[in-house]
Amino acid sequence: MDILEILLGASFWAATLRIACPLIFATLGELICERAGVLNLGIEGIMTAGAMSGWLWVYNGGDLVSAVLFAATVGAMLGLLHASFTVSLGLSQHVTGIGITLLASSLSYFIIKMLLPESTSPPKVIPFQNIDIPVLSSLPFLGEALFSHTPLTYTALVMVPLAMYVLYRTPWGLAVRIAGENPVALEAQGIDVIRVRTLAVMLGSALMAVGGASLTISAFDAFYFGMINGRGWICVALVIFASWRPGKALLGALLFAGLDAFQVRMQQQAGAYIPYQFFLMLPYVLSIVAMVIVARRAEYPKALLKPYRRGERL
Amino acid sequence: MEPPSASLDPLASAAGGDGSPILSINGISKHFGSLIANQDISLSLHTGEIVALLGENGAGKTTLMNILFGHYRADSGSIEAFGKPLDQHSPEEALERGIGMVHQHFTLADNLSVLDNIMLGTESLWKPFSRRHGARKRLKQIMDDAGLSVDIDSPIRNLSVGERQRVEILKALYRDVRILILDEPTAVLTPQEVDDLFILLRSMASRGLAIIIISHKLHEVLSISDRVVVLRGGRVVGNARTAEVDRNQLAEMIVGRAVERPSVVARPAGEQLLALKAITVRDRTTRRATLNRIDLQIRAHEIVGVAGVSGNGQAALASVLSGLCTPDEGEFILQGEVMKRPTPRMLTGKGLARIPEDRHSQGVISEMSLWENLLLDELGQQPVWRMGLVLDRNMARHQACQLIEEYDVRCHNEEQPVGLLSGGNMQKLILARNLARSPDVILANQPTRGLDEGAISTVHSLLIDARNRGAGILLITEDLDELLRLSDRVVVMHDGHMSESLPGAGLTARELGLRMSGAFDNSPT
Repeated sequence: MDILEILLGASFWAATLRIACPLIFATLGELICERAGVLNLGIEGIMTAGAMSGWLWVYNGGDLVSAVLFAATVGAMLGLLHASFTVSLGLSQHVTGIGITLLASSLSYFIIKMLLPESTSPPKVIPFQNIDIPVLSSLPFLGEALFSHTPLTYTALVMVPLAMYVLYRTPWGLAVRIAGENPVALEAQGIDVIRVRTLAVMLGSALMAVGGASLTISAFDAFYFGMINGRGWICVALVIFASWRPGKALLGALLFAGLDAFQVRMQQQAGAYIPYQFFLMLPYVLSIVAMVIVARRAEYPKALLKPYRRGERL
Repeated sequence: MEPPSASLDPLASAAGGDGSPILSINGISKHFGSLIANQDISLSLHTGEIVALLGENGAGKTTLMNILFGHYRADSGSIEAFGKPLDQHSPEEALERGIGMVHQHFTLADNLSVLDNIMLGTESLWKPFSRRHGARKRLKQIMDDAGLSVDIDSPIRNLSVGERQRVEILKALYRDVRILILDEPTAVLTPQEVDDLFILLRSMASRGLAIIIISHKLHEVLSISDRVVVLRGGRVVGNARTAEVDRNQLAEMIVGRAVERPSVVARPAGEQLLALKAITVRDRTTRRATLNRIDLQIRAHEIVGVAGVSGNGQAALASVLSGLCTPDEGEFILQGEVMKRPTPRMLTGKGLARIPEDRHSQGVISEMSLWENLLLDELGQQPVWRMGLVLDRNMARHQACQLIEEYDVRCHNEEQPVGLLSGGNMQKLILARNLARSPDVILANQPTRGLDEGAISTVHSLLIDARNRGAGILLITEDLDELLRLSDRVVVMHDGHMSESLPGAGLTARELGLRMSGAFDNSPT
């Protein structure tokens, strides 16, 4: 049976993790923003900007680790822009977010066009290489599936427990969660809501940008037009799928990535008699089905989308 | 009485009751646009003292306390706490200086645990870990000392309103406050919870905590406070030792004139206007009957009071009568006609008016202007609609101005958003909208909840006038005094059942209380 063959192959599981890496970063980023009460629809653009800036850094001779930091900084700055509109000024989070997406992606393509006006095929850089974890990577099946990945993929996996720890075990995480539930409670305990939210949005946006960069300097080796291709929007949906919990966000990202890896393999096997578009569509359709099942019970952060203005009549 | 806890002790001995004030508020003024919320208010507070801040809704009590706690910045004036001025105007500074506040609308995060809510803001935000174990121990100690208990791991959403208030008080105690502000702490509590709260406040005050309690309920103020400060229209109009004033003096200070709640004068009822026959309503999910074979009739010239602890079917009764829910079984007869699938609009057309329980969410549209809100029940009717199509704005505004004047709704003008009105004025607006079209049947659901004495007596007079003109009124209320003063007949609801009606005259609160706990004939055995 073809399907069973695919699912039992170690390469399928390795591909799932590889595809999930940018999704994990970006979903966690969106999750942190939303936990603080700010929807960040700039995610698609911020990922594009991260992909572009990370790649550009390496293309100009920078090393890979500082490229990740550079992408994160670019993301944080775009997050600051989003926060200054939505948090400080209390403007519509939807409108601002879509504005940021348009701005950041167009700007990224513009910069690439300016710098490389001639090139027809995008120039390549040397991306992160797979690191085989000693001993573990020589295990049969598991070794190839889990322990032979790029450093960014490992980092993405480490980010999940880290995000859990920060959100649930540190004073700042508590402040973020309350900012998304009842900001008045935060203010009444003497904490500046604007600052907590702004910082959460910046941190979240930095993670989104790293997710974008992982496409250009880890999964692939060049920056293409339309390369984010809706991954940002998928992450917004994954946050709801995850009921705003980091652990479930990992699960959601793996599920989507698994479907994606699966459809690529199905295309190869069945592409002759089923149009390939059908397979491209699969992960999205199944994501919608999963969303419908799970999201009915979703418990939104109570203050999501609600701007907080100090000194207004309470 | 336990010994004073360490944090309160030094102060208690230092200031000792009648010494110099630990808090002085000097000449505070605050305006919101053209609205004067506070005008030159001065106030002082001593260790271990309970001061009641009394006044009608909109008198400026909450604004003053929000200034003290740093939510708002005063336009002028100064505040001094423990000998040093408060000049940052932030809650952070207030808390640091030992001032805590329990807000009327609790500032808790529902999905988080009690411990999380209390720990928020007590540690530096940048610490990489949170000392939950130590916090838990300290919280237990505080709860033991103060003699109050809550399950500290339970999420807030599972707590009762009384428990949530205790969490708010614990939040303040956890931060070692020496001055505690409580904004309308009894508004949401049951009588038993109010008693518990007052015992707790007394014991905390005796250990040196200074308390400012905001209220508009006279009997509570008289029973809890040492001193009372009365605000009216943003100014201090009275300041007295509680022991030296009586209820009537205070009432007069609050309103600025003598007030008395009106009562109905008995008269024979007229023809039947509305009848419910064996109405049953089941909950959509549990299929449990929220109304169980209810019979009720309302006649002209009478007020039928519905007594009962809230949650015993009153909400379902109100939504049936408003046309918001179609009963599963039974007949709903209005003006002699059986209403098969009533809609709110159809019922309005047949002369039914309703005063909803929650005026903010169901009575008005806060963001829209007074005149627009006054149109709500008459959408599509003459004469504000030219040819039934185009809104004649001038006409609508003109009508609105007349109603505003007739019903004495205090506002700047008819363009003001309704959300800025005080509760009493909002209710007067809703009454104006409903009574102006001389309805035959009026459903008044908790018509005076949260209102001050002045507004209550206005609402009562309006309802009595409507009844005397020939309307039949169903009055659902939890205020027994209101129920007994206004009702010609009283029915009691318990667990979805309704009792036979009792004549209102001669009925006592005690008798009603007994029936409210379920002791009436046709409840199931």
